[in-house]
Amino acid sequence: MAILLNRSTRVIVQGFTGKIGSFHAEDMKRYGTRLVGGVTPGKGGQTHLGLPVFNTVKGAVRETRAEASIVFVPPPFAADSIMEAADAGIKLCVCITDGIPSQDMMQVKRYMRRYRFEDRMRLIGPNCAGVITPGQALMGIMPGSIYLPGRVGIVGRSGTLGYEAASQMKALGIGVSTSVGIGGDPINGSSFKDILQLFERDDETDAVVMIGEIGGPQEAEAAIWARDNMRKPLIAYIAGLSAPKGRRMGHAGAIISAFGESAQEKVEILKDAGVVIVPTPASFGEVVAETLARTKKAA
Amino acid sequence: MDIHEYQAKELLARHGVHVPRGGLAYSPEQAAYRTREIGGDKWVVKAQIHSGARGKAGGIKLCGSDKEVSDAAEALLGRRLVTHQTGPRGKLVSRLYVEETVNIAQELYLGFVLDRKEERVMIVASAAGGMEIEEIAEKQSDSIIRATVDPGVGMQGFQAREIAFGLGLESNLIGKATETIMGCYQVFRDYDASMLEINPLVVTRDGNLVALDAKMSFDENALFRRPEISELRDKSQEDPRETFASDRGLSYVGLDGNIGCIINGAGLAMATMDMIKIAGGEPANFLDIGGGASPERVAKSFRAVLGDRQVETILVNIFAGINRCDWVAEGVIKAIREVGVDVPLVVRLSGTKVEEGRKILAESGEKVIVADTLAEAAEKAVAAWREAAKNKKAA
Repeated sequence: MAILLNRSTRVIVQGFTGKIGSFHAEDMKRYGTRLVGGVTPGKGGQTHLGLPVFNTVKGAVRETRAEASIVFVPPPFAADSIMEAADAGIKLCVCITDGIPSQDMMQVKRYMRRYRFEDRMRLIGPNCAGVITPGQALMGIMPGSIYLPGRVGIVGRSGTLGYEAASQMKALGIGVSTSVGIGGDPINGSSFKDILQLFERDDETDAVVMIGEIGGPQEAEAAIWARDNMRKPLIAYIAGLSAPKGRRMGHAGAIISAFGESAQEKVEILKDAGVVIVPTPASFGEVVAETLARTKKAA
Repeated sequence: MDIHEYQAKELLARHGVHVPRGGLAYSPEQAAYRTREIGGDKWVVKAQIHSGARGKAGGIKLCGSDKEVSDAAEALLGRRLVTHQTGPRGKLVSRLYVEETVNIAQELYLGFVLDRKEERVMIVASAAGGMEIEEIAEKQSDSIIRATVDPGVGMQGFQAREIAFGLGLESNLIGKATETIMGCYQVFRDYDASMLEINPLVVTRDGNLVALDAKMSFDENALFRRPEISELRDKSQEDPRETFASDRGLSYVGLDGNIGCIINGAGLAMATMDMIKIAGGEPANFLDIGGGASPERVAKSFRAVLGDRQVETILVNIFAGINRCDWVAEGVIKAIREVGVDVPLVVRLSGTKVEEGRKILAESGEKVIVADTLAEAAEKAVAAWREAAKNKKAA
């Protein structure tokens, strides 16, 4: 499989019967995702979109053997839902919800550490577009049609900027193994580094595109890790060249509050670590194509 | 969301942090009256704006009589103070805080932030208070003490004591410092703060520990459960363009350029602004219309962007996933017909229902410059802006 998700992954939806959950559940089913049910407390026993509804995640896991869960629960209750998934033995949780308080996320991260690393749930997001393994399965809200199946991994904070990159690649016939949105919040489940580690180990990925932005330490941390451990080419773009210091640019985490957090500074750190830089958001396609051609020649 | 110094001090005082005696004033008369309430013979009049470095900007005045207090108030009220944090437009002074003076023996720094690397609340303290933390980090980095709080159990007394001893305080102050640090943490946690800074925290000559200044910001994602904090919002401290947009549920940040941006998604919005800059222009704003935007919402974003008189061209860039290009196109036409768009307009649509969207634009008969790619959109917008600027000059 590419990473995280393939056509046989058994997926449930938390916040299944709500308007947003229902809309995206249908979309994911259409794309080929193996949806096996959903959770809405108080609606257990009903059938929704032809699938069973459960009161608890534990109940859903017991009956459907679900391994993965996607969360569309509103912000005040989302942290609770993530912890419920972790406790029920879910292996992969993708949280789409935007607007979870930072302190709730601190508690979620702390809570997840009660499980041994091997048993610990992997959380993607929150405030993200989700995960797609093109041609196989979708756990997210992205339009499936813009991704060509292929061998380049994508990991990014932003949804729509990820679409931009994937569609520029598709226009040049370059496909994607898996695309992962890690989300725009200051505290998130998986970091850039976490996802790079998975892509590096994946036999079906040849190169990785990392789409970062202003704010936080994760791009720099990933660059240092890649410099020391990654053999596959890493290609990166950092959004926010024109963002002023101290202003939040939409994403809760997109704010320059310390040294090394501006786009210019991050680009310098990445360059120093040997990462291939995408100089403008209009050149994802060509830089990926050039890098792949260069790697092929060298091999 | 930021709050004023006096509001932060009120919250802190309720949790065992000592603050100087003081009172709020909206007029010179109220300011003068406060001196009698507070007592003593020296006072400071402090402009309440959402910014640090007020002293250097002339926003803090030391006074020796009620007449001086009243004069200082007269001079400050209604003025716009410009600091290195406010931007060139500055911030309006409409409230003053009149405070007793204290005899300072030593100035300390105490701050609480969300540390994104540790994913915990971090306490930062230093015995070299009085200057900004960036300056302390540069000049006296050895003096900085850091500690993080386990969110499972909260801050522990030993952590506060370690900081107090680390600051080199006399033994009679350790108890007071511990109480202050624990009180600050309680406020930070209970009200979902994202930043709390006491600079300086002063040791007084009579052996007290007092918060001379206080700055706080709050996590906007947590305001749903903190109505008491929402109540402290002061719209006069915000960019009016941003207030207009946020009241309509739009995520907007005003900037200094001339090309207005209407985009979906924060990352694509930042990238589009970057592309404008690379193409030789300057963005006037960040604006994310969000997902599932209706034609009405799109029209509203035109109102927000056009509210800025510096805007000379508009660039709409939509990569629709859960949005629909046909809805966006309808919104664009609605805006042209109902809001009135008297500047060049460049629209790039991509993704869900893109053919339908392009068709709506083409068949509308309205003057819209259409672009297929991000690069083309930015180039066309900058070219249209240059052309418009030239014509404006000629006229």
